[in-house]
Amino acid sequence: MTERILPVEAAIAPEQGERIFVASQWQLMWWRFRKHRLAMIGAVAIIIFYLAVIGADFISYSDPEVTEANFSQMPPQPVRLFDGGAFRPHVLGVKGARDPNTFKRVFQTDPNVKIPLRFFARGYKYEFLGIIPTDRHLIGVDEGRAEETIFLLGTDTLGRDLWSRLMAGTRVSLTIGLVSVALSLFLGVLFGGLSGLYGGAVDTVIQRLIEILRSIPTIPLWMGLAAGLPRNWTVLQVYFAITIIISLVGWTELARVVRGRFLALREEDFVMAAELSGCSQWRIIFRHLVPSFMSHIIAATTLALPVMIISETSLSFLGLGIRPPAISWGVLLQDAQSLQSVALSPWLLIPAIPVIAVILAFNFVGDGLRDAADPYGV
Amino acid sequence: MSGGDKQPLLQVKNLRKLFPIRKGLLRRKIGLVRAVDDVSFHVEEGEALSLVGESGCGKTTTARCVLRAIKPTSGEILFRTEEDTVIDVSGLSRRELRPLRSQMQMIFQDPVSSLNPRMTLFDIIGEPLQVNGMRDRQQRIDRVEELLRLVGLPPEYLQRFPHAFSGGQRQRIGIARALALNPRLVVADEPVSALDVSVQAQILNLMLELQQQFGLTYLFVAHDLSVVKHFSDRVAVMYVGQIVEMAPSETLFNAPGHPYTEALLSAVPQPDPRLRSRRAALQGDVADPANPPSGCYFHPRCRYAVDICRVEPPKLEELDKDHFVSCHRAHELTLEGVMVGTRAERQPIAGAVSQVSSKA
Ligand SMILES: Nc1ncnc2c1ncn2[C@@H]1O[C@H](COP(=O)(O)OP(=O)(O)O)[C@@H](O)[C@H]1O
Ligand code: SF4
Ligand SMILES: [Mg+2]
Repeated sequence: MTERILPVEAAIAPEQGERIFVASQWQLMWWRFRKHRLAMIGAVAIIIFYLAVIGADFISYSDPEVTEANFSQMPPQPVRLFDGGAFRPHVLGVKGARDPNTFKRVFQTDPNVKIPLRFFARGYKYEFLGIIPTDRHLIGVDEGRAEETIFLLGTDTLGRDLWSRLMAGTRVSLTIGLVSVALSLFLGVLFGGLSGLYGGAVDTVIQRLIEILRSIPTIPLWMGLAAGLPRNWTVLQVYFAITIIISLVGWTELARVVRGRFLALREEDFVMAAELSGCSQWRIIFRHLVPSFMSHIIAATTLALPVMIISETSLSFLGLGIRPPAISWGVLLQDAQSLQSVALSPWLLIPAIPVIAVILAFNFVGDGLRDAADPYGV
Repeated sequence: MSGGDKQPLLQVKNLRKLFPIRKGLLRRKIGLVRAVDDVSFHVEEGEALSLVGESGCGKTTTARCVLRAIKPTSGEILFRTEEDTVIDVSGLSRRELRPLRSQMQMIFQDPVSSLNPRMTLFDIIGEPLQVNGMRDRQQRIDRVEELLRLVGLPPEYLQRFPHAFSGGQRQRIGIARALALNPRLVVADEPVSALDVSVQAQILNLMLELQQQFGLTYLFVAHDLSVVKHFSDRVAVMYVGQIVEMAPSETLFNAPGHPYTEALLSAVPQPDPRLRSRRAALQGDVADPANPPSGCYFHPRCRYAVDICRVEPPKLEELDKDHFVSCHRAHELTLEGVMVGTRAERQPIAGAVSQVSSKA
């Protein structure tokens, strides 16, 4: 009969002593999480993405809605950082024209027209965080309009700036993911908790419901529901309808996690000890059960988010989700649907890069969190 | 009854706990596990009664019913409260039980699972105090420090988490929590079976000292008679949900009346090699409480079994004064006991230093 050694003790060097003895679960989890290099990289990427969500308008320079017929299908434009040996970021002036013989669009850069880029320049008007009206942007130009001069990632067929549209799309796609996951979390904790707490008939009914929902293939289900959305709904109505459709299936996984933890924890002796000490049901749930599965919920939520994001992107790509003029990653990728447009303007595929990056980042972080979620191995 | 004219602290009458076996999509009931089947015993104030039997005999279920961690199927659990009124706790609701909880506490088997890994010692040991009305934090700190000292842990450990401690130390923490409310009845469910042998004696000695100091009453569960021999005044032996023998410790060890007890005794370390060789160890497994054998449940493993044992279930009868046995052949058999010192001497268990430092 050897005494059981907890993973905490095995994982941490003894010389760290007292620091570990008084370390809370969050500290232990952080120590474990930061050993996962990929998860740490993913976490940094996610932070950057959500900073971009918050400052989408600020880091754009052109109004994403404004069309410039003269600058349509413009390829990405190089930024020159140095001018005559000094750091002086600038772009060259461009003129759009049609080849009189082929009628193809051609762009001529004029190496003599150097347009300096300014930081914190004035540009189109917007409300920062939706409340503070301003027209400052991270970069811009002093004279003329940014819409006619800067094209970091090129433009689409209507001459709209892809970089600025990508920022607007990032904001929509990443917040839709968050809202959907929040809704799933609410439903999952509610039904998973009821299931695990009461057991019996309540549990049976909820478990069967979850099985039915999960047995329906998701793509046809979403397509059916999304196709049923009235065409005359506003952008905001569609936005929320899509979050609800996406979380309809998403909550089931979270409910399973919550129920599983509830059932496992009910068997723990410390829960019985709390009961025998005279703790109320309420106190047992919030003092003992919830803190014990919080970390598992956070990990499961992180792993659910990329699924939500990819769902929105797929639906919008198929024309069933967010619809133009609203912008999301899926809407942007719609422009790259035809072979012809990809052949003519391959940069329209650029929005696929952040989609892949954010999905990978969330999965790395989710895996890292799942490993760290249980520093006690209980 | 030996405890004078007073009602015993705890009296259990015809306790039954049946667990349904469910199967299939609709979770239909397809059978019953008779985990505890018609068990009666009593515990006098200040004594230690041990409940012994192999794993799966229903000891934990009995202990949990007594403390009303689970609800018994039927039977009475009569508890004499501080005010000397006798209450049947078997049917009380959660709400009705709460004021009684402080008088009966549990020490758990698993030193890992019994302490919430996310709470500090202060929160763990202080929780019973807090929920039972000690609102003042400083008062709680003082009491928790006092309890830590009592169980042989340095009071500075207040802010540490359970992962800082070894198994033996964790059991001490569990004991401190159980004692926080000055309980009168302490139910200990195999408190040392998960510990190293060297640590077992330390924890048992600590429990003995605390009993003397506070006049505690113990219901002590063990699967191994060697652990209980110095510990208990009386022993009840359980087999497949029933008590098959109950006697004062000395009688049970020296002159057991039931073949199952004799077999359990053969597992007790025996210094005399001549005695050792004559003993037959237990063969086979404990019967399935969902589907027990006919007649005497022990007959498939009993080396004294005769025809009637396969047909007729024996009744628990008084063989001598205070010595109850449930066996058809109890009167004719002379069974092998072991010679042991009795608990009356109350000496600390050999080789162990009690209240040892934090290294336990
Ligand atoms: N919650 C439960 N549901 C179904 N069967 C149970 C449950 N708890 C215990 N049992 C069964 O009851 C019997 C007695 O178990 P237990 O009281 O834990 O025995 P012991 O503590 O003596 O090892 C075992 O057969 C066990 O499988
Ligand atoms: S009744 Fe028969 S089978 Fe049961 S213990 Fe006694 S002798 Fe053995
Ligand atoms: Mg047990």
